[in-house]
Amino acid sequence: MRIELVKRPQHSALFSALSPFIALALTLVAGAIMFALLGKNPVQALYLYFIDPLREVWSLHELAIKAAPLILIGVGLSVCFLSNNWNIGAEGQFIVGAIIGSILPVLFPEFQSWIVLPIMLLLGIVGGAAYGSIPALLKVRFNTNEILTSLMLVYVAQLFLDWLVRGPWRNPEGFNFPQTRSFHEFAILPELLPASGRANWGFAFAIIAAIVLWFLLSKTLKGFEIKVLGQSPRAGRFAGFSNARMVFFAFLVSGGLAGLAGISEVSGAIGHLQPSISPGYGFTAIIVAFLGRLNPLGIVAAGLVLALSYLGGEAAQISLGVSDKVARAFQGMLLFFVLASDTLIHYRIRLVGRQAAPAAEAPHGNA
Amino acid sequence: MGMLESILLTIATAATPLLIAAIGELVVERSGVLNLGVEGMMIMGAVTGFGVALTTGSPWLGVFAAILVGAVFSLLFGFLTLTLVTNQVATGLALTLLGLGISGMAGEAFVGQPGLRLARLDIPGLSDLPVVGRLLFGQDPIFYISIALTAAVAYFLFRTRAGLTLRSVGDNHTSAHALGIKVIAIRYMAVMFGGACAGLAGAYLSLVYTPQWVENMTAGRGWIALALVVFASWRPWRVLAGAYLFGGVSIGQLHAQAFGVGIPSQLLSSLPYLATVVVLVIISRNRRLTMVNTPASLGRPFVPDR
Amino acid sequence: MQSGTNKDNGGVVKTTLNAGDEPLLEVRGLTKVFGTLKACDSIDLAIGKGEIHALLGENGAGKSTLVKMLFGTLEPVAGEILWKGESVRIASPSDARRLGIGMVFQHFSLFDALTAAENIALSLEEKTPIARIAERARELSRSYGLPLDPSAHVGDLSVGERQRIEIIRCLLQHPDLIILDEPTSVLTPQEAEKLFKTLETLRDEGKSILYISHRLEEVKRLCDRATVLRHGRVVAHCDPRKETAASLARMMVGSEVHAVVRAAPPKDADHSPLLEVAGLSREPSNPFAIPLRDIHLTVHAGEVLGIAGVAGNGQGEFFEAISGEALQDKAGMVRIRGKDAGRLDISGRRLLGAAFVPEERLGHGAAPRMRLSENLLLSRFRTDAKSYLTHIGIIRESTISAATRRIVSDMDVRKSSEDPEASALSGGNLQKFIIGRELDRQPAVMVVNQPTWGVDAGAAAHIRQALIDLARAGSAVLVISQDLDELFEISDAIAVMHDGRLSAPVPVGEATYEKIGLLMGGADASTPPTAAMEAV
Repeated sequence: MRIELVKRPQHSALFSALSPFIALALTLVAGAIMFALLGKNPVQALYLYFIDPLREVWSLHELAIKAAPLILIGVGLSVCFLSNNWNIGAEGQFIVGAIIGSILPVLFPEFQSWIVLPIMLLLGIVGGAAYGSIPALLKVRFNTNEILTSLMLVYVAQLFLDWLVRGPWRNPEGFNFPQTRSFHEFAILPELLPASGRANWGFAFAIIAAIVLWFLLSKTLKGFEIKVLGQSPRAGRFAGFSNARMVFFAFLVSGGLAGLAGISEVSGAIGHLQPSISPGYGFTAIIVAFLGRLNPLGIVAAGLVLALSYLGGEAAQISLGVSDKVARAFQGMLLFFVLASDTLIHYRIRLVGRQAAPAAEAPHGNA
Repeated sequence: MGMLESILLTIATAATPLLIAAIGELVVERSGVLNLGVEGMMIMGAVTGFGVALTTGSPWLGVFAAILVGAVFSLLFGFLTLTLVTNQVATGLALTLLGLGISGMAGEAFVGQPGLRLARLDIPGLSDLPVVGRLLFGQDPIFYISIALTAAVAYFLFRTRAGLTLRSVGDNHTSAHALGIKVIAIRYMAVMFGGACAGLAGAYLSLVYTPQWVENMTAGRGWIALALVVFASWRPWRVLAGAYLFGGVSIGQLHAQAFGVGIPSQLLSSLPYLATVVVLVIISRNRRLTMVNTPASLGRPFVPDR
Repeated sequence: MQSGTNKDNGGVVKTTLNAGDEPLLEVRGLTKVFGTLKACDSIDLAIGKGEIHALLGENGAGKSTLVKMLFGTLEPVAGEILWKGESVRIASPSDARRLGIGMVFQHFSLFDALTAAENIALSLEEKTPIARIAERARELSRSYGLPLDPSAHVGDLSVGERQRIEIIRCLLQHPDLIILDEPTSVLTPQEAEKLFKTLETLRDEGKSILYISHRLEEVKRLCDRATVLRHGRVVAHCDPRKETAASLARMMVGSEVHAVVRAAPPKDADHSPLLEVAGLSREPSNPFAIPLRDIHLTVHAGEVLGIAGVAGNGQGEFFEAISGEALQDKAGMVRIRGKDAGRLDISGRRLLGAAFVPEERLGHGAAPRMRLSENLLLSRFRTDAKSYLTHIGIIRESTISAATRRIVSDMDVRKSSEDPEASALSGGNLQKFIIGRELDRQPAVMVVNQPTWGVDAGAAAHIRQALIDLARAGSAVLVISQDLDELFEISDAIAVMHDGRLSAPVPVGEATYEKIGLLMGGADASTPPTAAMEAV
């Protein structure tokens, strides 16, 4: 018994749409099995994970809070992955964006005005983009693999943040906790609908970014350029597109968006800088990008699904005593299933018996 | 034992997991497959090694279990990339994320528990030599395995017919297939070998380097191992040199931290990562070198027509 | 009694195999299906001992598929193979080798990073040490006139030298039947002659050869018998020496092939130089590239200039230099319509009125996973920005779709859906689209690299006619091709590229295959012909 792949002459539009759902279904099945093995009721566990968080409005707000950075980073990553630039360092760009964006409230807390927040957001974008430009520069000038460089820079960014909040930026009035002073009110990202929950403008940024990038990718020449350079770099060169410029474009856009996500998270949900400001958003966003099939609108949905898994993890920990690390395992499994299901878009799968009918044993077909 | 000797000793301990993981990945990449999941396989090896050693009381059982788990875990990657022909970069990342997730989950029970340590193996006579004695002949058993592994892989790749076949698959899988070479089977075996090595390297971390379990304790070593393979231009002995260089940097900065040098500890801790970037830049600059040494079909999908 | 009856197209054509001769290889009703495509449909074939048997057919007729089944790389879905009278199943190349069937592929199965000896060793099953293999290879190369250095790295070797590795590797296994797939497509006429001598020596030793080709003169010169395939079916068995090239062509294509009409250029036509290359040199951009040295050429309005040359002599590098994918040091090295273009990128050169068609269709001339309409935009978004894009860069889908439909109908592109992905089209149809895309702009300068490789005869004729018509309408056309027949058919003058240098163009009336062949092999154009022949 052997699995054989038969290439489809064209991509299957049907499976392009179905594949994320197939992946989700498979993940749910695998998750159910996993829960059963852990000794928990699978149905109850899945319910807690995926349905329960949707039942209350405040919980929906929490969902938006968790989804915002995933979507923001995810849509940036879609531009990168579509152009074959593998930005694995979004986590680092998130952190650096948060750091640079926090300069005003941390170092100049006396400067309080409505203009502080916009400057912070802008600095966050610039910081993330600048940090993202490092692997881009190394790739273009020195032909260095961007996966490894962007990833190494994540560790560097984390260590840098750690040093800042334990050292020069530590809150002088803060009882020696490793964190900066709390941001003043002008430096806090306001909530969208304060009456019903905590969701802040970060979610709005995410939706806007998704719509803008969707339009860019599907309707404009730039989007065409991104896709051609990613799929067939030589054809892109033949068209007159510059691969070097695209590397920078992709990393600046995704770095900037990751930086925006970083400063939004810090000025919205957290309110100050501390050593750990992200539960791995930069990496989970990779899963979001693939689950959303690298389409910004799909990424919005995928971001919500993965945010759900974070919330569900917290809920399951409280109610079932299941570790919140299970969410991570879930997310990893999901990416696996997404990639496996994507195969159906390019190939038809055939199960082949021992061997195809051999020539010698077929009867004479002619006289 | 002098300061220098103890520093050199710890360099070997720091270098060994890098060496083993990198040698495994070297074989995988020589067959034309790019497996970015080394970090994930390593951490699975670390948690398995620790857990099995703890529950059975035998560190060696832990080591064997880790090797097994590494190989099986890599099969997931193999199935997706070799049979379903998924994108190798994305699948490798998925393997890492999955490995970090599962190991975090499985290892929760082990946090804070004291670990078992693999016993040192002194080679009688030789280990009493001054300076080099303890260093070269008085190490833990896996150190010796790592050196033997390097030599074995070098011999295999360049002096055996099977190694030649594997290299040919990495050079041009279409030609290899046309010659009747079983490309997919060879790649599966290479991938599992890489997984086994990564598992072993992970077990080394949790059973020799620091006998304990901490979430994400690999701290990027899997990624550094990947960089090492590039740095070494896919040659086994150069991987050894690179691993020891990195071991040196890692230990150097740890000692500097302990010493109380005025530099902030976080900066020192980031040295291995920065060094990786620098080394990658240096080796990649030379495009000629890169082109000539990189296995030509690395990362490319292979679907045989039947 | 063997007879080559086949039930196709009404004709029952007898073979010339004598009664009583047991064939070495016989194939009955062999069929292979890929998805919905019947690549081989119930093929019957017989090859005797000590015979050179031609397998004729145009691109896409099923020749390669058939021999892959004989060599074990593919397995048939129906039919049987008889080897020395016995029914056999060839499930892998090792089965084929064990039977005594060897094959030299058109696209070599070689490993650039390994030496010639290592390459040969990989195709042999025995565990003989490589040194012994190298020794045996050296012996064979001497006895059959195929010079080869076993310790050379394949990546450094020329195409002709690589082919010799393939042949020697095949001979080392003492085959009774040797299959050669389009062997002369990568050789100069002189190298081809040497190959024929080698093949005749093998035949005289009692070996059989299955010779695949679409080159009729060669087949007539070399082969004893021929089987003609068309659309996957056998349409004839014949003796090529008794046929004419025209009758063979008719069998291959099934109808009269339209000869290309090359009208004389009008008397008072404009002859201004539209493409001028002066002193073009280019350093290799990677270790395997060929440097270009001091190339000069001029293509005038109304003219078709052909550049001949064996693959691997710098054609690709030259194309990139002219198209602007690689910029020149001095702006004046390339001039288009009288303007310096050396520092302009490809879009800049297109805006000056030039159009380019590269050798590789999928991955260079077109993006395989993008639809035809998107591929239209690929090379036209700058030149046609006003019609295809809005001010801010939004794509005008309907305008592009209409233009695509127009090109498809002008060039008679066959496809299975309204706007399919480029990879879904056959080679010939995609090439028609790509050329049509450029012709649609009525460019003043058209540069084409390998216009009809892998393209069926009908499409090829269409394309060649289109290029000539473009020239006669006043454009300058530069055609780079490995197909000498094609160049003689459409060019007004032929220059030869060898090792990165370009010879002076020879007007087609004065050019002969021999002269051009010598230049392709590197002989200096000024060397008297006889001395050069001996040197080769």
